[in-house]
Amino acid sequence: MIKIPQNIYDDIIAHAKKGFPLEVCGILGGLDGVVSEIYPMTNTDASNEHFMMDPREQFTVVKDLRAKGLEMSVIYHSHPETPARPSEEDIRLALTPNVSYIIVSLAEPNNPVLRSFKISGNQVEPEAVEIL
Amino acid sequence: MNLTVNGKPATIDRKETLNITALLDELKVAQPEYVTVELNGEILERDNFESTVVRNGDTVEFLYFMGGGN
Repeated sequence: MIKIPQNIYDDIIAHAKKGFPLEVCGILGGLDGVVSEIYPMTNTDASNEHFMMDPREQFTVVKDLRAKGLEMSVIYHSHPETPARPSEEDIRLALTPNVSYIIVSLAEPNNPVLRSFKISGNQVEPEAVEIL
Repeated sequence: MNLTVNGKPATIDRKETLNITALLDELKVAQPEYVTVELNGEILERDNFESTVVRNGDTVEFLYFMGGGN
């Protein structure tokens, strides 16, 4: 289970909506499955169908989390027009170990759907999300 | 050779010169073709992994590409 404070949950949804129709992406930091930080990231692909984070921003976030005694908990991105489930490309590029992968779907603009998954190799397991 | 890798001390027990490709191998990094490496604060071009040598006291950071699609 991943636990997300309401304000960070709201920030993720707002980020996805603000970036629409492009995919947005970001990192959540925390400890022991409880999120406490959000880092909206640049989608260098600037695409409706793909995302790729900027490595410089990634290193900055990792160092900031380390300085705070936190860890990378979640990698999130949006699916502007498709469901909140990992695509083949999402699974292939889920390379970072020991994180949750959150997808926000805006397929129904008035009803955003946020789901979390654990992805390892080709194995995808849905994960419960608790809003704090 | 003593390095700092992803913020932690790491000792590499090799006497010969070590390039970035060999370092990732020593560190048993899975799927190194998807890794970005920063050496002493500078992100390295992948084409330079073979020619870039690490030295005692260097600080190395690496992380995986973070991407996907729908």
